[in-house]
Amino acid sequence: MDFAGSKPRQTRRGGITSAKIVIAGGFGVGKTTMVGAVSEIEPLTTEAVMTAAGVGIDDPSKVPGKGTTTVAMDFGRITMAEDLILYLFGTPGQTRFWFMWDELIRGALGAAVLVDTRRITDAFAPLDYFENRGMPYLVALNCFDGAPRYDLDEVREALAIPQHVPLVLCDARQRDSVKHVLITVVEHSMMMLRAEHNRGEAAPVG
Amino acid sequence: MGQPHEDPRGALVRPYAVTRGRTEPLRDIAIEAVLLTTPTGVQESRFAGHDKQRIAAVCDGRPQSLAEIAAYTRLPLGVARVLVADMVADGLLALHGAALSDVYEERMELLERVLSGLRRL
Repeated sequence: MDFAGSKPRQTRRGGITSAKIVIAGGFGVGKTTMVGAVSEIEPLTTEAVMTAAGVGIDDPSKVPGKGTTTVAMDFGRITMAEDLILYLFGTPGQTRFWFMWDELIRGALGAAVLVDTRRITDAFAPLDYFENRGMPYLVALNCFDGAPRYDLDEVREALAIPQHVPLVLCDARQRDSVKHVLITVVEHSMMMLRAEHNRGEAAPVG
Repeated sequence: MGQPHEDPRGALVRPYAVTRGRTEPLRDIAIEAVLLTTPTGVQESRFAGHDKQRIAAVCDGRPQSLAEIAAYTRLPLGVARVLVADMVADGLLALHGAALSDVYEERMELLERVLSGLRRL
């Protein structure tokens, strides 16, 4: 990303390292449930207030009587070692807050796009977003009770998910299932990084 | 809810009142970057104002990310970032890097550590 080169290198040796994985998807798809299934803390909410800086992206003057917009993001934490913390960030549900997504994915290890089979078209915007950013991501189909079950190949075709992007089934409420999704995200990121390295290209994000 | 017309400038400025209107942090701090209160911070943050004192308390003895600081203090993320950057500059907080290395070996090592951490869950 653009910021990487201009940033002073932050201390790693002897310090605490933190990393993050982004959980994306449409509104109400279960992102916070997914974060909560593995987080050691109850998912927290942080709010960003969009001010004049965001006007070009989402003009507040077009929203009558509203000078600012508040964007809420839920996140959780897994302390893996004394010197290693993993954070899981859920993206804001409304995809018009792209400026916040840019901040969230900066430096992320990878991302999972959570899809609700009842509202499969909600996944188009997040999928486009990650595809265009070169961020390693996978698609996780959240299997709600009573939700229509689709064949994975059908879903891949319906959402035009490229072959190199992993597509997995999950239950966002189940710890082991979410753990599997996150492991797959990291494995996929490693594979992408290795492939890029072997091609002699620069790392895509970070 | 049929609110009277508000001065939009007032609405824009209000969240940043605690930073005296500054919206640009002294340095960029990643949302997942971790901060820890320094011994100086433990001693002196109470002279730095209410919000900075609260931030120093949140990060006293336990590393907390910028996101956690914002959530626990109920400050908007941008406001928390300005205050935290000030506190890092003043030596009240120690900034521990978010993993932004672009060196292949370091990125791979981090991914491997996270992978084994997830498998141990």
